[in-house]
Amino acid sequence: MSTITKPAQAIETSSSHGSFLERLKAMQSVWILGVLIVIFGAFAVLSPTQFLTTGNITNIMQNVSIWAVIAVGMTFVIITSGIDLSVGSVLVVSSVVSAKTMEALGGEGWGVALVGLLVAVVVGLLWGILNGFLVAKAHVPPLIVTLGTLSVALGIAQIITGGLDIRSAPTVLQDSIGYGRIAGIPAISLIALVVVILGGIGLHKTKFGRYTYAIGSNETSARRVGIGVDRKLVQIYALSGFLAGLAGLLSLAQFGTTTIAGQSLTNLNVIAAVVIGGTSIFGGLGSMFGSMVGLFIPATLQSGFVIIGVSPYWQTVAVGAILIAAVYVDQQRRAAASRGKGV
Amino acid sequence: MSALFEARGLSRRFGRVQALDKADFDVNAGEVVALIGDNGAGKSTLVKALTGNLDVDEGEILFEGEPVHFATPHEASALGIEVVHQDLALAPHLDAAQNMFLGRELMRAGVAGRLGFMDNSAMRTKAAAAFTELGSAVRSVVVPVGTMSGGQKQSVAIARSVAWANQVLFLDEPTAALGVVQTHNVMETIKRVRDRGLAVVLISHSMPHVLEVADRVQVLRLGRRVATYQAADTSVEQLVGAMTGALDRKEGAA
Repeated sequence: MSTITKPAQAIETSSSHGSFLERLKAMQSVWILGVLIVIFGAFAVLSPTQFLTTGNITNIMQNVSIWAVIAVGMTFVIITSGIDLSVGSVLVVSSVVSAKTMEALGGEGWGVALVGLLVAVVVGLLWGILNGFLVAKAHVPPLIVTLGTLSVALGIAQIITGGLDIRSAPTVLQDSIGYGRIAGIPAISLIALVVVILGGIGLHKTKFGRYTYAIGSNETSARRVGIGVDRKLVQIYALSGFLAGLAGLLSLAQFGTTTIAGQSLTNLNVIAAVVIGGTSIFGGLGSMFGSMVGLFIPATLQSGFVIIGVSPYWQTVAVGAILIAAVYVDQQRRAAASRGKGV
Repeated sequence: MSALFEARGLSRRFGRVQALDKADFDVNAGEVVALIGDNGAGKSTLVKALTGNLDVDEGEILFEGEPVHFATPHEASALGIEVVHQDLALAPHLDAAQNMFLGRELMRAGVAGRLGFMDNSAMRTKAAAAFTELGSAVRSVVVPVGTMSGGQKQSVAIARSVAWANQVLFLDEPTAALGVVQTHNVMETIKRVRDRGLAVVLISHSMPHVLEVADRVQVLRLGRRVATYQAADTSVEQLVGAMTGALDRKEGAA
């Protein structure tokens, strides 16, 4: 990012945006990628025969897939300086409604699975629109709105099921998506990868993504230039809900059950991953790439600790510490950048 | 002759404060009008009311002699009316080119554009050309505006408004945070924009700058226009007198 080499009057029109490597270096998430590589390398050295196997690596990929889908929406939401605590409950309620529908239809074929997918994403979308509407139009803070819908959505899932998980997902769903592989890669991970890539393109290349940053960076200025901020916020929360709904179906496919009691920490795990990946909770900053790096750190630790025989509970401790360290280092880097560049 | 942009009898009350009290204002194409007044005289409120940032209780706004109503700043922009706000209204995490084209992104041609893909390199090139033309202190259009100096941020905000204004340009205290060189640049920019045939409205506390660049000076006091002067025929003492009310008996001189 040097302008000095150019003649005094030339205004820089490219630089960090030029080569991919340069752009990577300029990203705040790049040092956390270093952390991931170090963690990965350490386990690889400590247990090359078990950690560095295709089986284990695909296992890690499989484990992050559902969270990755949710993290795409969460990255958008947090960049607007919002938060979505309701994702775990929306996942549950979507998978419950979807499982109920598929159960009622009966059958184990693709037709039923497709209806289930449609139901899951529509339910997720509706919760997301509700969140977005309350945040943008009713001006209730996102923390409160999504804390409320977290509770409401989970309650509704429990009312529908009487608190008992539904264990009847069509077999095609479980066999093809839950356990299926394409070229050795879990199908569920490929689906997540497609979502992540589309989300990354949407965030970094399109006008929708640009407005997401603008809203988080300075909402007033976004309004003054004529951006429909309220509408955009509804869309962004709707996207988060939609993806939580999709995650609901994927979870149904992977576990064969609705995991009603199993998603209470999903929201915090995903938020932690997004923030570890360099997305600022104050808005305006973040990247899809960073969020993915942030997701792989806990998953790698989990798998590595199990393999080298350390209690997996240490993973929770380590992730918490990394979260705080990541935000601390980010703050320092940002403060240094503004001192160095300013005036 | 009717003015390009005119306000008649604008009133606006905030609780017990009468921010605007039947304020009038007018500006013609190709002239610089300075709007001056003490703190709380209603300058910023008037500018907000004229640019769709604030609703008024009473009064009317005329553009080219026709009554207009701006519900949002965007509607004013659509007529070619732009404001450089005192707080600059920039998105600090976005770069200069992104800020300049915010809300007016250039899209790629064809299907890609319709899918929402932007033409970033065209926006950067145009932004760089605009900064060069303004003699701006901005050295890069690809670093976040938040890391720039006050003067550079100011010139991003001004360049953005100049680029889009084709009728009226409002500048609210554009030189308050600037050094000598940057202030000079802003003054030159104002003259250049006027010479392009635009109406420029300058809100400033700096009387020497006002007298240097303005063609007419309109004085607000207690939410009302109390005087209009030809800049060539007036002096700092006279302006200060009108602002503070010391020259009340000369009120209405025009």
